[in-house]
Amino acid sequence: MPTYSAQRHMSSRSYSLSEYECPRSNFAVALPIDSSLISLQDLRLDDACALLQHDAQNIQQEVGESHADYLQRLIDGLCELSLRDPLTGLNNRRHFRSVLERSIDVVARSGESVLLLLLDIDRFKSINDNHGHLAGDQVLREVASCLARCLRPMDTIARYGGEEFAIILPNCRPVFGLAVAERIRKTIADLPIPVSPLLTLQVTISIGGAYAPEWVRSTTDLWIERADQQLYRAKSEGRDQVCLEQPRELSVSAEEKGLLFGHLIMDEANTHENTPSDAPDDAPGNAAKRENA
Amino acid sequence: MNDGLTSATESQNTPKVPLKPLGKVLAVTSGKGGVGKTFVSANLAAALAKRGHRVLVLDADLGLANLDVVLNLHPKITLHDVFTGKAQLEDAILPAPGGFSVLLAGSGMVEYSRLTTEVRDEFLRIISSLVPRYDVVLMDTGAGISDVVLFAVSLASEVLMVATPEPTSLTDAYATIKVLVGQQQRQTIRLIINQSTRPGSGQAITKQLQQVLDRFVATDPEHPINLVHLGEIPVDPEVRQAIMRRQLMMQHTPDCPAGQAIAQLARTLEKTVIPKHA
Repeated sequence: MPTYSAQRHMSSRSYSLSEYECPRSNFAVALPIDSSLISLQDLRLDDACALLQHDAQNIQQEVGESHADYLQRLIDGLCELSLRDPLTGLNNRRHFRSVLERSIDVVARSGESVLLLLLDIDRFKSINDNHGHLAGDQVLREVASCLARCLRPMDTIARYGGEEFAIILPNCRPVFGLAVAERIRKTIADLPIPVSPLLTLQVTISIGGAYAPEWVRSTTDLWIERADQQLYRAKSEGRDQVCLEQPRELSVSAEEKGLLFGHLIMDEANTHENTPSDAPDDAPGNAAKRENA
Repeated sequence: MNDGLTSATESQNTPKVPLKPLGKVLAVTSGKGGVGKTFVSANLAAALAKRGHRVLVLDADLGLANLDVVLNLHPKITLHDVFTGKAQLEDAILPAPGGFSVLLAGSGMVEYSRLTTEVRDEFLRIISSLVPRYDVVLMDTGAGISDVVLFAVSLASEVLMVATPEPTSLTDAYATIKVLVGQQQRQTIRLIINQSTRPGSGQAITKQLQQVLDRFVATDPEHPINLVHLGEIPVDPEVRQAIMRRQLMMQHTPDCPAGQAIAQLARTLEKTVIPKHA
Protein backbone atom coordinates (compact mmCIF):
# COMPACT_ATOMS: atom_id res chain seq x y z
CA MET A 1 0.00 0.00 0.00
CA PRO A 2 1.45 3.36 -0.91
CA THR A 3 1.88 5.86 1.86
CA TYR A 4 1.74 9.56 1.37
CA SER A 5 4.18 11.18 3.67
CA ALA A 6 3.83 14.70 4.87
CA GLN A 7 6.40 16.75 3.09
CA ARG A 8 6.96 19.02 6.03
CA HIS A 9 5.70 21.92 4.00
CA MET A 10 5.10 23.96 7.10
CA SER A 11 8.71 24.84 7.73
CA SER A 12 9.11 26.02 4.18
CA ARG A 13 6.19 28.40 4.42
CA SER A 14 7.35 31.90 3.70
CA TYR A 15 5.61 35.14 4.38
CA SER A 16 5.82 38.34 2.45
CA LEU A 17 6.26 41.48 4.49
CA SER A 18 2.62 42.45 4.31
CA GLU A 19 1.60 39.12 5.71
CA TYR A 20 3.87 39.37 8.70
CA GLU A 21 1.03 41.01 10.52
CA CYS A 22 -0.43 37.64 11.30
CA PRO A 23 2.23 34.97 11.58
CA ARG A 24 0.28 31.84 12.23
CA SER A 25 2.98 29.75 13.72
CA ASN A 26 6.53 30.06 14.73
CA PHE A 27 8.54 27.06 13.72
CA ALA A 28 11.93 28.64 14.18
CA VAL A 29 12.08 28.44 17.94
CA ALA A 30 15.67 28.22 19.00
CA LEU A 31 15.97 25.81 21.89
CA PRO A 32 18.27 27.24 24.51
CA ILE A 33 19.48 23.75 25.37
CA ASP A 34 22.65 22.14 24.22
CA SER A 35 21.38 18.87 22.78
CA SER A 36 24.53 17.08 23.89
CA LEU A 37 23.30 17.56 27.44
CA ILE A 38 20.12 15.57 26.85
CA SER A 39 20.35 12.11 28.23
CA LEU A 40 18.08 9.64 26.47
CA GLN A 41 17.56 7.86 29.77
CA ASP A 42 15.89 10.99 31.17
CA LEU A 43 13.34 11.13 28.37
CA ARG A 44 10.14 9.15 28.51
CA LEU A 45 10.15 7.77 25.00
CA ASP A 46 8.13 4.62 25.70
CA ASP A 47 4.81 5.94 24.43
CA ALA A 48 6.36 7.39 21.30
CA CYS A 49 8.24 4.15 20.60
CA ALA A 50 5.11 2.09 21.16
CA LEU A 51 3.22 4.21 18.65
CA LEU A 52 5.96 3.93 16.08
CA GLN A 53 6.48 0.22 16.67
CA HIS A 54 2.79 -0.31 16.13
CA ASP A 55 3.30 1.36 12.75
CA ALA A 56 6.10 -1.12 11.99
CA GLN A 57 8.87 1.43 12.23
CA ASN A 58 12.33 0.77 13.54
CA ILE A 59 12.56 2.27 17.00
CA GLN A 60 15.98 1.02 17.98
CA GLN A 61 18.83 3.43 18.11
CA GLU A 62 21.23 2.17 15.52
CA VAL A 63 24.94 1.67 16.00
CA GLY A 64 26.73 4.92 15.28
CA GLU A 65 23.51 6.96 15.30
CA SER A 66 23.89 10.06 17.46
CA HIS A 67 21.32 10.84 20.11
CA ALA A 68 20.21 13.90 18.14
CA ASP A 69 19.79 11.92 14.93
CA TYR A 70 17.88 9.21 16.75
CA LEU A 71 15.53 11.73 18.38
CA GLN A 72 15.06 13.47 15.06
CA ARG A 73 14.09 10.15 13.49
CA LEU A 74 11.55 9.45 16.23
CA ILE A 75 10.10 12.96 15.90
CA ASP A 76 9.87 12.63 12.11
CA GLY A 77 8.10 9.34 12.54
CA LEU A 78 5.62 10.85 14.98
CA CYS A 79 4.99 13.81 12.69
CA GLU A 80 4.21 11.45 9.87
CA LEU A 81 1.92 9.40 12.07
CA SER A 82 0.04 12.50 13.12
CA LEU A 83 -0.67 13.43 9.50
CA ARG A 84 -1.60 10.04 8.11
CA ASP A 85 -4.78 8.01 8.22
CA PRO A 86 -3.85 4.57 9.56
CA LEU A 87 -6.43 2.55 7.62
CA THR A 88 -5.86 3.88 4.12
CA GLY A 89 -2.39 5.36 4.33
CA LEU A 90 -3.75 8.60 2.92
CA ASN A 91 -3.26 11.98 4.52
CA ASN A 92 -5.61 12.56 7.41
CA ARG A 93 -7.97 15.43 7.95
CA ARG A 94 -5.41 17.46 9.90
CA HIS A 95 -2.91 17.39 7.06
CA PHE A 96 -5.67 18.11 4.58
CA ARG A 97 -6.68 21.24 6.49
CA SER A 98 -3.15 22.59 6.50
CA VAL A 99 -2.75 22.01 2.74
CA LEU A 100 -6.11 23.67 2.14
CA GLU A 101 -5.02 26.62 4.25
CA ARG A 102 -1.86 26.92 2.22
CA SER A 103 -3.83 26.70 -1.03
CA ILE A 104 -5.85 29.71 0.05
CA ASP A 105 -2.61 31.65 0.50
CA VAL A 106 -1.51 30.63 -2.98
CA VAL A 107 -4.83 31.50 -4.59
CA ALA A 108 -4.98 34.86 -2.85
CA ARG A 109 -1.52 35.78 -4.09
CA SER A 110 -1.44 34.22 -7.54
CA GLY A 111 -5.04 33.89 -8.68
CA GLU A 112 -4.31 30.25 -9.51
CA SER A 113 -7.32 27.97 -10.00
CA VAL A 114 -7.47 25.41 -7.21
CA LEU A 115 -10.27 22.87 -7.15
CA LEU A 116 -11.44 21.12 -4.01
CA LEU A 117 -13.31 17.85 -4.47
CA LEU A 118 -15.21 16.04 -1.73
CA LEU A 119 -15.95 12.39 -2.55
CA ASP A 120 -18.26 10.04 -0.75
CA ILE A 121 -18.76 6.33 -1.34
CA ASP A 122 -22.43 5.75 -2.18
CA ARG A 123 -24.47 3.57 0.20
CA PHE A 124 -21.38 2.58 2.15
CA LYS A 125 -23.41 1.67 5.22
CA SER A 126 -25.06 -1.17 3.35
CA ILE A 127 -21.63 -2.69 2.61
CA ASN A 128 -20.84 -2.71 6.32
CA ASP A 129 -24.28 -4.07 7.13
CA ASN A 130 -24.32 -6.80 4.46
CA HIS A 131 -20.69 -7.89 4.33
CA GLY A 132 -19.22 -6.83 7.67
CA HIS A 133 -16.82 -4.13 8.70
CA LEU A 134 -13.73 -5.95 7.44
CA ALA A 135 -15.19 -5.85 3.93
CA GLY A 136 -16.00 -2.19 4.50
CA ASP A 137 -12.39 -1.50 5.49
CA GLN A 138 -11.15 -3.33 2.42
CA VAL A 139 -13.39 -1.20 0.22
CA LEU A 140 -12.02 1.96 1.86
CA ARG A 141 -8.43 0.80 1.27
CA GLU A 142 -9.00 -0.14 -2.36
CA VAL A 143 -10.90 3.04 -3.16
CA ALA A 144 -8.18 5.08 -1.43
CA SER A 145 -5.33 3.55 -3.40
CA CYS A 146 -7.28 3.76 -6.65
CA LEU A 147 -8.03 7.45 -6.03
CA ALA A 148 -4.37 8.07 -5.28
CA ARG A 149 -3.40 6.50 -8.62
CA CYS A 150 -5.77 8.87 -10.47
CA LEU A 151 -3.91 11.96 -9.34
CA ARG A 152 -0.89 14.03 -10.26
CA PRO A 153 2.01 14.21 -7.79
CA MET A 154 1.12 17.81 -6.96
CA ASP A 155 -2.41 16.90 -5.89
CA THR A 156 -3.30 16.16 -2.30
CA ILE A 157 -5.68 13.41 -1.31
CA ALA A 158 -6.92 12.80 2.19
CA ARG A 159 -9.41 10.67 4.02
CA TYR A 160 -11.77 13.31 5.27
CA GLY A 161 -13.82 11.09 7.54
CA GLY A 162 -15.74 7.80 7.48
CA GLU A 163 -16.23 6.96 3.80
CA GLU A 164 -15.49 10.48 2.65
CA PHE A 165 -12.36 11.63 0.84
CA ALA A 166 -11.07 15.04 -0.16
CA ILE A 167 -8.83 15.98 -3.06
CA ILE A 168 -7.10 19.31 -3.61
CA LEU A 169 -6.16 19.93 -7.22
CA PRO A 170 -3.87 22.92 -7.62
CA ASN A 171 -3.50 24.56 -10.99
CA CYS A 172 -6.66 22.95 -12.33
CA ARG A 173 -8.35 25.30 -14.76
CA PRO A 174 -12.15 25.49 -14.59
CA VAL A 175 -12.53 24.04 -18.10
CA PHE A 176 -10.81 20.83 -16.96
CA GLY A 177 -12.41 20.47 -13.53
CA LEU A 178 -15.42 18.47 -14.62
CA ALA A 179 -13.38 16.15 -16.84
CA VAL A 180 -10.96 15.37 -14.01
CA ALA A 181 -13.76 14.69 -11.54
CA GLU A 182 -15.67 12.56 -14.05
CA ARG A 183 -12.55 10.49 -14.77
CA ILE A 184 -12.16 9.82 -11.06
CA ARG A 185 -15.81 8.85 -10.71
CA LYS A 186 -15.66 6.44 -13.68
CA THR A 187 -12.40 4.87 -12.53
CA ILE A 188 -13.93 4.02 -9.16
CA ALA A 189 -17.16 2.74 -10.75
CA ASP A 190 -15.07 0.34 -12.89
CA LEU A 191 -12.92 -0.86 -10.00
CA PRO A 192 -13.47 -4.47 -8.92
CA ILE A 193 -12.86 -4.77 -5.18
CA PRO A 194 -12.13 -8.33 -3.99
CA VAL A 195 -13.15 -8.49 -0.36
CA SER A 196 -12.95 -12.30 -0.01
CA PRO A 197 -12.02 -15.19 -2.34
CA LEU A 198 -15.68 -15.56 -3.21
CA LEU A 199 -16.82 -11.97 -3.23
CA THR A 200 -15.90 -9.01 -5.36
CA LEU A 201 -17.73 -5.74 -4.79
CA GLN A 202 -18.20 -2.66 -6.89
CA VAL A 203 -19.00 0.77 -5.53
CA THR A 204 -19.85 4.16 -6.91
CA ILE A 205 -18.93 7.55 -5.56
CA SER A 206 -20.57 10.96 -5.56
CA ILE A 207 -18.34 13.99 -6.01
CA GLY A 208 -18.93 17.62 -5.12
CA GLY A 209 -16.43 20.33 -5.95
CA ALA A 210 -15.77 24.02 -5.63
CA TYR A 211 -12.98 26.36 -6.71
CA ALA A 212 -11.30 28.71 -4.29
CA PRO A 213 -12.33 32.28 -5.06
CA GLU A 214 -9.37 33.67 -6.97
CA TRP A 215 -7.33 36.60 -5.74
CA VAL A 216 -9.18 36.87 -2.45
CA ARG A 217 -8.43 35.23 0.87
CA SER A 218 -11.42 33.17 1.82
CA THR A 219 -11.56 30.63 4.62
CA THR A 220 -11.17 26.87 4.55
CA ASP A 221 -14.56 26.51 6.24
CA LEU A 222 -16.39 28.45 3.55
CA TRP A 223 -14.57 26.59 0.81
CA ILE A 224 -15.36 23.18 2.28
CA GLU A 225 -18.94 24.26 2.83
CA ARG A 226 -19.33 25.16 -0.85
CA ALA A 227 -17.87 21.85 -2.00
CA ASP A 228 -20.05 20.07 0.54
CA GLN A 229 -23.17 21.74 -0.86
CA GLN A 230 -22.25 20.34 -4.27
CA LEU A 231 -21.69 16.88 -2.79
CA TYR A 232 -25.10 17.11 -1.21
CA ARG A 233 -26.51 18.03 -4.61
CA ALA A 234 -24.78 15.05 -6.25
CA LYS A 235 -26.24 12.77 -3.57
CA SER A 236 -29.74 14.11 -3.71
CA GLU A 237 -29.81 14.04 -7.50
CA GLY A 238 -29.26 10.28 -7.50
CA ARG A 239 -25.59 9.56 -6.52
CA ASP A 240 -22.80 8.26 -8.78
CA GLN A 241 -22.33 11.71 -10.27
CA VAL A 242 -20.26 14.87 -10.16
CA CYS A 243 -21.56 18.31 -9.23
CA LEU A 244 -19.18 21.25 -9.42
CA GLU A 245 -19.97 24.76 -8.33
CA GLN A 246 -19.94 27.02 -11.33
CA PRO A 247 -16.90 29.25 -10.90
CA ARG A 248 -17.67 32.92 -10.80
CA GLU A 249 -17.87 33.92 -14.39
CA LEU A 250 -16.64 37.46 -14.72
CA SER A 251 -15.89 37.21 -18.37
CA VAL A 252 -18.36 38.84 -20.66
CA SER A 253 -18.13 37.61 -24.22
CA ALA A 254 -17.68 39.92 -27.18
CA GLU A 255 -21.17 39.00 -28.32
CA GLU A 256 -22.67 39.99 -24.99
CA LYS A 257 -20.70 43.24 -24.95
CA GLY A 258 -21.86 44.11 -28.45
CA LEU A 259 -25.46 43.73 -27.36
CA LEU A 260 -24.90 45.67 -24.17
CA PHE A 261 -23.40 48.72 -25.84
CA GLY A 262 -25.30 48.82 -29.09
CA HIS A 263 -27.89 50.88 -27.40
CA LEU A 264 -25.38 53.30 -25.86
CA ILE A 265 -23.91 54.09 -29.25
CA MET A 266 -27.34 54.70 -30.75
CA ASP A 267 -28.23 56.76 -27.72
CA GLU A 268 -25.10 58.84 -28.13
CA ALA A 269 -25.90 59.43 -31.80
CA ASN A 270 -29.46 60.45 -30.94
CA THR A 271 -28.27 62.85 -28.28
CA HIS A 272 -26.09 64.64 -30.80
CA GLU A 273 -28.76 64.70 -33.48
CA ASN A 274 -31.48 65.88 -31.18
CA THR A 275 -29.55 68.26 -29.02
CA PRO A 276 -31.45 71.38 -30.08
CA SER A 277 -34.91 69.89 -29.65
CA ASP A 278 -33.94 68.05 -26.47
CA ALA A 279 -32.51 71.12 -24.83
CA PRO A 280 -35.59 71.91 -22.72
CA ASP A 281 -35.36 68.40 -21.26
CA ASP A 282 -32.22 69.37 -19.42
CA ALA A 283 -34.01 72.17 -17.62
CA PRO A 284 -34.32 71.72 -13.85
CA GLY A 285 -38.07 71.30 -14.01
CA ASN A 286 -37.65 68.16 -16.04
CA ALA A 287 -37.41 65.74 -13.14
CA ALA A 288 -40.61 67.11 -11.71
CA LYS A 289 -42.33 66.64 -15.06
CA ARG A 290 -41.24 63.01 -15.13
CA GLU A 291 -42.48 62.44 -11.61
CA ASN A 292 -45.93 63.67 -12.56
CA ALA A 293 -45.99 61.64 -15.72
CA MET B 1 -21.46 12.21 6.82
CA ASN B 2 -24.05 9.53 6.24
CA ASP B 3 -24.67 9.21 2.57
CA GLY B 4 -24.24 12.95 2.07
CA LEU B 5 -27.75 13.70 3.14
CA THR B 6 -26.77 15.20 6.45
CA SER B 7 -24.33 18.06 6.42
CA ALA B 8 -20.75 17.48 7.52
CA THR B 9 -19.99 17.99 11.19
CA GLU B 10 -17.32 20.44 10.07
CA SER B 11 -19.85 23.01 8.97
CA GLN B 12 -21.95 22.66 12.10
CA ASN B 13 -19.35 24.60 14.02
CA THR B 14 -19.66 27.68 11.87
CA PRO B 15 -22.88 29.68 11.97
CA LYS B 16 -24.62 29.60 8.66
CA VAL B 17 -25.68 32.54 6.61
CA PRO B 18 -29.40 32.87 7.18
CA LEU B 19 -31.24 31.02 4.49
CA LYS B 20 -33.62 33.87 3.93
CA PRO B 21 -32.07 37.32 3.49
CA LEU B 22 -33.10 39.79 6.13
CA GLY B 23 -36.10 41.95 5.32
CA LYS B 24 -35.63 45.70 5.16
CA VAL B 25 -31.95 45.37 4.38
CA LEU B 26 -31.17 46.92 1.01
CA ALA B 27 -27.71 46.43 -0.48
CA VAL B 28 -26.47 49.28 -2.63
CA THR B 29 -23.79 47.78 -4.85
CA SER B 30 -22.15 48.16 -8.23
CA GLY B 31 -19.96 46.26 -10.63
CA LYS B 32 -17.39 49.01 -10.91
CA GLY B 33 -16.19 51.52 -8.34
CA GLY B 34 -16.73 55.24 -8.67
CA VAL B 35 -20.25 55.13 -10.07
CA GLY B 36 -21.78 56.89 -7.06
CA LYS B 37 -22.77 54.09 -4.70
CA THR B 38 -21.97 56.02 -1.56
CA PHE B 39 -23.51 59.22 -2.91
CA VAL B 40 -26.72 57.34 -3.76
CA SER B 41 -26.78 55.53 -0.38
CA ALA B 42 -26.41 58.70 1.67
CA ASN B 43 -28.87 60.79 -0.32
CA LEU B 44 -31.42 58.03 -0.67
CA ALA B 45 -31.22 57.55 3.10
CA ALA B 46 -31.94 61.26 3.58
CA ALA B 47 -34.86 61.10 1.16
CA LEU B 48 -36.33 58.11 2.98
CA ALA B 49 -35.76 59.75 6.36
CA LYS B 50 -37.59 62.84 5.14
CA ARG B 51 -40.56 60.62 4.38
CA GLY B 52 -40.66 59.44 7.97
CA HIS B 53 -38.66 56.23 7.84
CA ARG B 54 -36.08 55.34 10.45
CA VAL B 55 -33.04 54.70 8.28
CA LEU B 56 -29.53 53.51 8.99
CA VAL B 57 -26.71 53.45 6.45
CA LEU B 58 -24.11 50.79 7.10
CA ASP B 59 -20.71 51.33 5.58
CA ALA B 60 -20.15 47.80 4.37
CA ASP B 61 -17.33 48.67 1.99
CA LEU B 62 -14.79 47.40 4.46
CA GLY B 63 -11.79 47.87 2.23
CA LEU B 64 -12.45 51.30 0.79
CA ALA B 65 -15.00 52.85 3.09
CA ASN B 66 -15.66 56.50 2.42
CA LEU B 67 -19.13 57.27 3.70
CA ASP B 68 -17.45 59.45 6.34
CA VAL B 69 -15.90 61.53 3.54
CA VAL B 70 -19.21 62.02 1.76
CA LEU B 71 -20.96 63.04 4.99
CA ASN B 72 -18.02 65.00 6.39
CA LEU B 73 -18.13 63.09 9.66
CA HIS B 74 -15.17 62.46 11.91
CA PRO B 75 -16.30 59.66 14.16
CA LYS B 76 -14.41 58.71 17.29
CA ILE B 77 -15.99 55.28 17.46
CA THR B 78 -16.51 53.18 14.35
CA LEU B 79 -17.43 49.69 13.19
CA HIS B 80 -13.75 48.86 13.58
CA ASP B 81 -14.01 49.39 17.35
CA VAL B 82 -17.06 47.16 17.45
CA PHE B 83 -15.22 44.45 15.49
CA THR B 84 -12.23 44.63 17.79
CA GLY B 85 -14.45 44.58 20.88
CA LYS B 86 -13.40 48.06 22.02
CA ALA B 87 -16.88 49.54 21.81
CA GLN B 88 -20.53 48.56 21.87
CA LEU B 89 -22.57 48.68 18.69
CA GLU B 90 -24.77 51.44 20.18
CA ASP B 91 -21.79 53.74 20.66
CA ALA B 92 -20.76 53.45 17.02
CA ILE B 93 -24.14 54.51 15.60
CA LEU B 94 -24.03 58.21 14.76
CA PRO B 95 -26.66 60.70 13.67
CA ALA B 96 -25.92 61.94 10.15
CA PRO B 97 -26.96 65.24 8.61
CA GLY B 98 -30.18 64.46 6.78
CA GLY B 99 -31.98 62.82 9.70
CA PHE B 100 -30.73 59.24 9.43
CA SER B 101 -28.19 57.14 11.34
CA VAL B 102 -24.87 55.85 10.12
CA LEU B 103 -22.49 53.12 11.13
CA LEU B 104 -19.12 54.04 9.68
CA ALA B 105 -16.46 51.48 8.93
CA GLY B 106 -13.43 53.45 10.12
CA SER B 107 -10.04 53.31 8.48
CA GLY B 108 -8.88 50.21 10.38
CA MET B 109 -11.56 48.12 8.71
CA VAL B 110 -9.27 47.46 5.78
CA GLU B 111 -7.92 44.61 7.92
CA TYR B 112 -11.34 43.04 7.72
CA SER B 113 -11.74 43.36 4.00
CA ARG B 114 -11.14 39.63 3.66
CA LEU B 115 -13.99 37.38 4.53
CA THR B 116 -13.00 35.21 7.45
CA THR B 117 -15.29 33.29 9.75
CA GLU B 118 -14.82 36.02 12.37
CA VAL B 119 -15.77 38.81 9.96
CA ARG B 120 -18.76 36.83 8.78
CA ASP B 121 -20.05 36.10 12.28
CA GLU B 122 -19.49 39.63 13.51
CA PHE B 123 -21.17 41.10 10.46
CA LEU B 124 -24.12 38.79 10.88
CA ARG B 125 -24.43 39.69 14.55
CA ILE B 126 -24.33 43.42 13.83
CA ILE B 127 -26.86 43.30 11.00
CA SER B 128 -29.23 41.09 12.97
CA SER B 129 -29.25 43.48 15.89
CA LEU B 130 -29.72 46.53 13.62
CA VAL B 131 -32.67 45.18 11.66
CA PRO B 132 -35.30 45.35 14.41
CA ARG B 133 -34.39 48.95 15.26
CA TYR B 134 -34.84 50.54 11.83
CA ASP B 135 -37.38 50.63 9.07
CA VAL B 136 -34.64 50.42 6.47
CA VAL B 137 -30.99 49.43 6.65
CA LEU B 138 -29.07 50.55 3.57
CA MET B 139 -25.79 48.71 3.10
CA ASP B 140 -23.23 50.63 1.12
CA THR B 141 -21.14 47.69 -0.13
CA GLY B 142 -17.93 47.62 -2.07
CA ALA B 143 -17.86 47.22 -5.83
CA GLY B 144 -17.41 43.96 -7.67
CA ILE B 145 -17.61 40.38 -6.50
CA SER B 146 -15.13 39.97 -3.67
CA ASP B 147 -16.10 37.55 -0.91
CA VAL B 148 -17.02 40.35 1.47
CA VAL B 149 -19.24 42.10 -1.07
CA LEU B 150 -21.00 38.90 -2.04
CA PHE B 151 -21.50 38.01 1.60
CA ALA B 152 -22.88 41.46 2.47
CA VAL B 153 -25.23 41.34 -0.52
CA SER B 154 -26.39 37.85 0.48
CA LEU B 155 -27.77 39.32 3.71
CA ALA B 156 -29.96 41.84 1.92
CA SER B 157 -33.52 41.28 0.81
CA GLU B 158 -33.11 43.67 -2.12
CA VAL B 159 -30.20 44.54 -4.34
CA LEU B 160 -29.94 48.07 -5.70
CA MET B 161 -27.32 48.04 -8.44
CA VAL B 162 -25.88 51.42 -9.35
CA ALA B 163 -24.41 51.87 -12.83
CA THR B 164 -23.56 54.76 -15.09
CA PRO B 165 -24.35 54.74 -18.81
CA GLU B 166 -20.81 53.86 -19.85
CA PRO B 167 -19.55 50.62 -21.42
CA THR B 168 -17.18 49.76 -18.53
CA SER B 169 -19.77 50.36 -15.84
CA LEU B 170 -22.47 48.44 -17.69
CA THR B 171 -20.18 45.48 -18.43
CA ASP B 172 -19.21 45.23 -14.77
CA ALA B 173 -22.82 45.63 -13.63
CA TYR B 174 -23.84 42.88 -16.04
CA ALA B 175 -21.01 40.60 -14.87
CA THR B 176 -21.93 41.21 -11.24
CA ILE B 177 -25.60 40.47 -11.90
CA LYS B 178 -24.51 37.19 -13.51
CA VAL B 179 -22.65 36.23 -10.32
CA LEU B 180 -25.52 37.25 -8.04
CA VAL B 181 -27.93 35.21 -10.11
CA GLY B 182 -25.61 32.21 -10.27
CA GLN B 183 -24.39 32.17 -6.70
CA GLN B 184 -27.27 33.59 -4.71
CA GLN B 185 -30.16 32.62 -6.95
CA ARG B 186 -31.23 36.26 -7.03
CA GLN B 187 -34.22 36.73 -9.27
CA THR B 188 -34.82 40.44 -8.87
CA ILE B 189 -32.19 43.14 -9.17
CA ARG B 190 -33.13 46.82 -9.06
CA LEU B 191 -31.07 49.06 -11.27
CA ILE B 192 -30.32 52.72 -10.65
CA ILE B 193 -28.73 54.54 -13.57
CA ASN B 194 -26.64 57.38 -12.22
CA GLN B 195 -25.31 60.30 -14.28
CA SER B 196 -27.90 59.78 -16.96
CA THR B 197 -27.36 62.22 -19.82
CA ARG B 198 -30.76 61.91 -21.45
CA PRO B 199 -34.14 61.37 -19.81
CA GLY B 200 -35.39 57.87 -20.48
CA SER B 201 -31.97 56.42 -21.20
CA GLY B 202 -31.99 54.59 -17.85
CA GLN B 203 -35.14 52.74 -18.83
CA ALA B 204 -33.64 51.87 -22.20
CA ILE B 205 -30.40 50.63 -20.60
CA THR B 206 -32.35 48.43 -18.19
CA LYS B 207 -34.31 46.98 -21.07
CA GLN B 208 -31.10 46.31 -22.98
CA LEU B 209 -29.45 44.59 -20.00
CA GLN B 210 -32.59 42.54 -19.46
CA GLN B 211 -32.49 41.33 -23.07
CA VAL B 212 -28.84 40.28 -22.83
CA LEU B 213 -29.50 38.55 -19.48
CA ASP B 214 -32.49 36.69 -20.94
CA ARG B 215 -30.40 35.52 -23.85
CA PHE B 216 -27.19 34.50 -22.06
CA VAL B 217 -27.94 34.00 -18.36
CA ALA B 218 -31.62 33.33 -17.67
CA THR B 219 -31.90 30.66 -20.32
CA ASP B 220 -34.03 28.49 -18.06
CA PRO B 221 -37.63 29.77 -18.27
CA GLU B 222 -38.28 28.34 -14.79
CA HIS B 223 -35.72 30.76 -13.34
CA PRO B 224 -36.25 34.13 -14.96
CA ILE B 225 -34.26 37.19 -13.96
CA ASN B 226 -36.26 40.30 -13.35
CA LEU B 227 -34.27 43.48 -13.79
CA VAL B 228 -36.31 46.35 -12.39
CA HIS B 229 -35.61 49.91 -13.48
CA LEU B 230 -35.73 51.70 -10.13
CA GLY B 231 -34.91 55.08 -11.58
CA GLU B 232 -32.29 57.33 -13.08
CA ILE B 233 -30.40 60.24 -11.64
CA PRO B 234 -29.55 62.89 -14.20
CA VAL B 235 -26.14 64.49 -14.58
CA ASP B 236 -26.35 67.56 -12.41
CA PRO B 237 -23.67 70.12 -11.49
CA GLU B 238 -25.18 70.28 -8.00
CA VAL B 239 -23.97 66.73 -7.37
CA ARG B 240 -20.36 67.67 -7.94
CA GLN B 241 -20.82 70.81 -5.88
CA ALA B 242 -22.21 68.85 -2.95
CA ILE B 243 -19.46 66.24 -3.14
CA MET B 244 -16.70 68.86 -3.30
CA ARG B 245 -18.20 70.78 -0.38
CA ARG B 246 -18.73 67.51 1.45
CA GLN B 247 -22.35 68.37 2.01
CA LEU B 248 -25.37 66.15 1.70
CA MET B 249 -27.12 67.15 -1.48
CA MET B 250 -30.57 66.23 -0.20
CA GLN B 251 -30.07 68.64 2.66
CA HIS B 252 -28.71 71.65 0.80
CA THR B 253 -30.19 71.51 -2.68
CA PRO B 254 -33.01 68.93 -2.54
CA ASP B 255 -34.84 70.55 -5.45
CA CYS B 256 -32.07 70.25 -8.02
CA PRO B 257 -32.76 67.67 -10.78
CA ALA B 258 -30.62 64.97 -9.14
CA GLY B 259 -32.27 65.69 -5.79
CA GLN B 260 -35.74 65.33 -7.28
CA ALA B 261 -34.71 62.11 -8.95
CA ILE B 262 -33.52 60.68 -5.64
CA ALA B 263 -36.76 61.76 -3.95
CA GLN B 264 -38.54 59.87 -6.69
CA LEU B 265 -36.38 56.79 -6.01
CA ALA B 266 -37.46 56.94 -2.37
CA ARG B 267 -41.13 57.10 -3.38
CA THR B 268 -40.70 54.17 -5.78
CA LEU B 269 -39.02 52.12 -3.08
CA GLU B 270 -41.83 52.95 -0.70
CA LYS B 271 -44.36 51.70 -3.19
CA THR B 272 -42.50 48.46 -3.87
CA VAL B 273 -40.10 47.15 -1.25
CA ILE B 274 -40.27 49.20 1.94
CA PRO B 275 -43.29 48.50 4.10
CA LYS B 276 -45.23 51.64 4.94
CA HIS B 277 -44.23 53.10 8.28
CA ALA B 278 -46.94 52.39 10.82
